[in-house]
Amino acid sequence: MEKVKAGSWVQVKKIVLEPEERKAKLPEDTKKVPLELRVKGFLMEDARVGEEVTVKTYIGREIQGILEDPDPSYEHKFGRPVPELIPVGRELREILKKRGLNK
Amino acid sequence: MTATDYNSVMARKNDIMKKAVGIDYSRFSRGRLVFDYERMMEEVGYSLEEIKRIQAEVGVGNTPLLELKNITELARKLAPQGKGARIFLKDEASNPSGSYKARRASVSVYHAQKHGYRGVAAATSGNYGAAVASQAAMRGLDCIIVQETFDSRGVGQPEILEKGRKCEAYGAEVIQLSVGPELFYMFLKVLEETGYFNASLYTPFGIAGVEPLGFEIVTQLKERINRVPDAVVCTHAGGGNLTGTARGLKKAGCDETEVIAASVDLYGLHMASDTDFNLKSFTTGHTGFGIPFATWPDRADVPRNAARALRYMDRYLTVKQGEVFYITEALAQLEGIERGPAGNTSLAAAFALAQEMDEDQVIVVQETEYTGAGKHPYAQLNFARENGIEVKRGNPDKEKGGESVIIPEDPTQIKVRPLDLKKIKKSYLKNVIKSIGTTELTEEEIKFLSEEINESQSVVKRMLDEIE
Repeated sequence: MEKVKAGSWVQVKKIVLEPEERKAKLPEDTKKVPLELRVKGFLMEDARVGEEVTVKTYIGREIQGILEDPDPSYEHKFGRPVPELIPVGRELREILKKRGLNK
Repeated sequence: MTATDYNSVMARKNDIMKKAVGIDYSRFSRGRLVFDYERMMEEVGYSLEEIKRIQAEVGVGNTPLLELKNITELARKLAPQGKGARIFLKDEASNPSGSYKARRASVSVYHAQKHGYRGVAAATSGNYGAAVASQAAMRGLDCIIVQETFDSRGVGQPEILEKGRKCEAYGAEVIQLSVGPELFYMFLKVLEETGYFNASLYTPFGIAGVEPLGFEIVTQLKERINRVPDAVVCTHAGGGNLTGTARGLKKAGCDETEVIAASVDLYGLHMASDTDFNLKSFTTGHTGFGIPFATWPDRADVPRNAARALRYMDRYLTVKQGEVFYITEALAQLEGIERGPAGNTSLAAAFALAQEMDEDQVIVVQETEYTGAGKHPYAQLNFARENGIEVKRGNPDKEKGGESVIIPEDPTQIKVRPLDLKKIKKSYLKNVIKSIGTTELTEEEIKFLSEEINESQSVVKRMLDEIE
C-alpha cells in the first residue's frame, strides 16, 4: 500500500468513548458501540491508511486519529427520481385546470 | 493535567459554559425554579433596532414575503365555499447560509467578535452549523461545528452530510460524530480546549436574532395587503424558531395572531438509537426534538434556554413525512420555488389549515430553507428505501415512523393532526416537579409556571393537583 503524502487533505477517525465509557442511560443498540469521531484535515506526515496520524484541520488545530480516507469525497447526491413523486406536479396542475372542483 | 474523561468533563460543565457564553445565568435566577426570563432577554440580548443593524451589515434578514397564489387556489378548490385563506411564505432560504438560522447565528457571532473571542463553536445537526460557519467567515473568526453524522456503520444521513459539506465550504472544522447524546461531552471538550465562544442556539442572542423575522412578516404584509396575519405557522424543533418569531410578532403589535407549531411526526423512533438514526427522512423539525424541548426547554446546552415555546404556542400540530415531500413537490411545480424539505413542514400544515379558514384570512409560513443534493426529497426517499423503509403512495394516515413513508395520492389527504397542548403543558409541569423533587410550590413559583405554559395560575394549580 502506497504512502499518502504529507499535506494531503484526508479524513481521520478515532474512538472518543469506548462502549464501557459511554453515558449510562442509552438505548441498548447505542450502548454496544463506541462513540466515534471523524474529521478532515491536512496530513502532517507521510502515512499509510490505517496508521495513527496527526492532521491539521482547516482552522489549524491538530487532531490525532487513524488515517481512514486518503481522499475524502462528498458522495451524497440527488439520486434517481422517485417514481412516487414524479407524477405529483402533473396531477396538481390538472386539478388547478379543472375549475370548481368540490365547490 | 486536567482529566478529560466523560464524567470529569461533564462535572466542569457550568464553568466551561460560563466562559464560553459569557453569561452569568445565576443573575436571573430566584431560588430553585424561578428565573426572570424577560430581564434575561433584555439585559443580555440586543434591542430589535440593534439586531436589525447587525443583520443588515451581513446581509441577513429582509427576506421576501411571497404569496403562494397557485397553492392557495389549490386549497380553495378543495375547501368548502368561502374557505381557503391566502397563504404567504417567508423565503428565508435567501439568507446568506440558506436558512433562517443565519438570523440566530448573526447575533452570536457579532457578540463573539465584539468580546474578543478568536473563534465560535456550535453543536448542531446542520442548517445552524452552516449559518454559524457563514457568519464566522464574514467576521473573520474560526469556526468549529460538532455534528451527529453517522451511525456505527459509518453511514451518514444525506441531509446531514450535505449540511456538513456546507459548513466545510465556509471554512469550518467539522467534527462528525456517531450517534449519541455524548455529543455534548465532545462539545464541552472543544470549548474547553479552544476557549471559543459557544454560539449556542439557545442563548438570548440566538433567540433575539429571530425576532426581526416575526416583525418583518407584519410590516411586509401590512405594506402589501394592509392587514396583519391571522395565523403564522412555525416549523418546531428546539423551540427557538417559534419563540423568536412569536416575540417579533408581539413587538410588531400582533397580539391576536395565532402562533401555530408544526412538527413532522416521528413517533416510534428513538433519537439516541444507533439503528433508528438512519430510519428517519427528516433530521430536524420533527417531534423527536419538538416534544422534549417543549416539555423541558432547559435540556439545552446552556443553563437557561431562551427558547421557551410553550410561552407562545397556541396550537401544536403534526404532519407526516410523506405529506411534507408531497407539498415540497407542489411548491416547486406550482409556484416555481424549489426549497426544503424540512422547512416545508409548516407549509404542509398551512395548506391543510388554510382550507378551514375564511378566504379573506391570511396564513403565513414563516420559513423556507435551501435545497440541494442530500437535502432533497429524492435523496431522502432513495436513502429511506436503501434502509428498508417502504415508500409508496397511499393514505399518509397509515405512515409509520421507521417503517414507511406514504406519499398522498391526492392533496385532500394532507391534514394536520393536533397534539393535546394541555397534555404537553402538563408534561412540562411534571418535569418541573421531577427536577425540584417536590410538589410544594410557592405563589411566586406558580406565577412563573403560569407564564411558562401560558395558562392562568388557577389552571396551573389544577394541573398540579392532577399530577399529584
